[in-house]
Amino acid sequence: MVARLDAVRVDRHRITILRDLSLAIAVGEVVGVLGANGSGKSTLLEVLATLIRPTSGTVELFGRRLDAAGRRAVRPRIGLLGHTAALYDRLTLAENLRLVARLIGQPAERADAVLAEVGLERAADRLAVACSQGMRRRADLARVLLTRPGLVLLDEVHAGLDPDAVPLVDDVVRTVAGRDGAACVLVSHEPDRLAGLCDRLVRVRSGRVEVEEPT
Amino acid sequence: MSVVPPLTQALVLAGKDLRLERRTGEAFLVVAPFGAVALFMVPLAVGADTPLLATLGPALFWVVVLLFGVLVTVRGSATDGPAQRAVLSLVGVTPRVRLAGRAFGNTVLLLGFQAVIAPVALVLYAPEPAGWVWLLPMVPLVAVGLGTLGALADLVSEGLAGRAVLGPLLVAPITVPLLLGATGVLDAARYGRPAWPWLVLVVTVDLAAALLAAWCARHLEDQS
Repeated sequence: MVARLDAVRVDRHRITILRDLSLAIAVGEVVGVLGANGSGKSTLLEVLATLIRPTSGTVELFGRRLDAAGRRAVRPRIGLLGHTAALYDRLTLAENLRLVARLIGQPAERADAVLAEVGLERAADRLAVACSQGMRRRADLARVLLTRPGLVLLDEVHAGLDPDAVPLVDDVVRTVAGRDGAACVLVSHEPDRLAGLCDRLVRVRSGRVEVEEPT
Repeated sequence: MSVVPPLTQALVLAGKDLRLERRTGEAFLVVAPFGAVALFMVPLAVGADTPLLATLGPALFWVVVLLFGVLVTVRGSATDGPAQRAVLSLVGVTPRVRLAGRAFGNTVLLLGFQAVIAPVALVLYAPEPAGWVWLLPMVPLVAVGLGTLGALADLVSEGLAGRAVLGPLLVAPITVPLLLGATGVLDAARYGRPAWPWLVLVVTVDLAAALLAAWCARHLEDQS
């Protein structure tokens, strides 16, 4: 099992965002999370990314309880693509990727290679601030490929992408899920985007997993 | 993912900060000229009282370095947003490493900032040359102390509303011992008193800042 959430509750700013949420994600599984705006989808991803600690309930990732040591141990195995691209505006796309590469002990050439994989080799020397939303999204996907995580969390990954870039997301998801021990969670409010790509769809409503739907 | 030593990660982050500074020019094209203007305005207000300006010069130099240097050290909050911090966290960069990286970057920037401001102070105030040798250790020690305190304020004020104002407010009062030490060493040399106690004071502040930063970062690691 890559992730297991049991009766997780998250309160933020005195508002309960997730309540009694339980979810298990198996090795190699691609799980789609659907839900309306404000239903708690992104918070669920942040809990899975260890960026939010649940108010109550338990979270296990890669078989580890998430105490301080557990969080430190599992974080390098998690790849998160959030709402906004995590790029430094005044660094080029290549510099952004090389920064991550150096922090994880990968050669700089690997950063250039993943940029080419997402079709950004000709924009590698462009400042992130001068890139379109779609290009920034692709660069973020390149980061996910670079870090080779065991759990990939993609929040509204199709947002801002050109139609011809959508297959790229599918390729990344399949590449990750095809790896030993890796799983993928995609969040979207558009069911059509996830159908066909996910092994399982779950719908979050008012902070709970209410329905599990086959794809 | 291979294990990268924390020191290497900190140096990589410091390199990133310096590269961003080179691109934006915030410290050297905005803050430093503003500091130079502050130095320029005092002679206008005081008048052409050369002996008075020569006496005031070293103290005003350090006041400008510390007050405007605070702005240099807390500018990092503008570049590391929640998304960037999340990525750093997920690639295994701990708060301690982030703090060390920012402190290294700050120190280099502050050394450059002092190098820009010092000639302006020399030209405008023509201070007496007595005791200038003590500046050789004092300049880097002040840069290290202020750089560490700025990085610490940046880290502890993360996610707080109004942090752009809160950061300088947190740092400015605790730079007072640095100001006392840096000005005291020149005064002591000029009046023939031992200068080393002031040097010891600044070294002590630097060590205390480093220990406080390590303790806070460790606490944040447990909480993050």
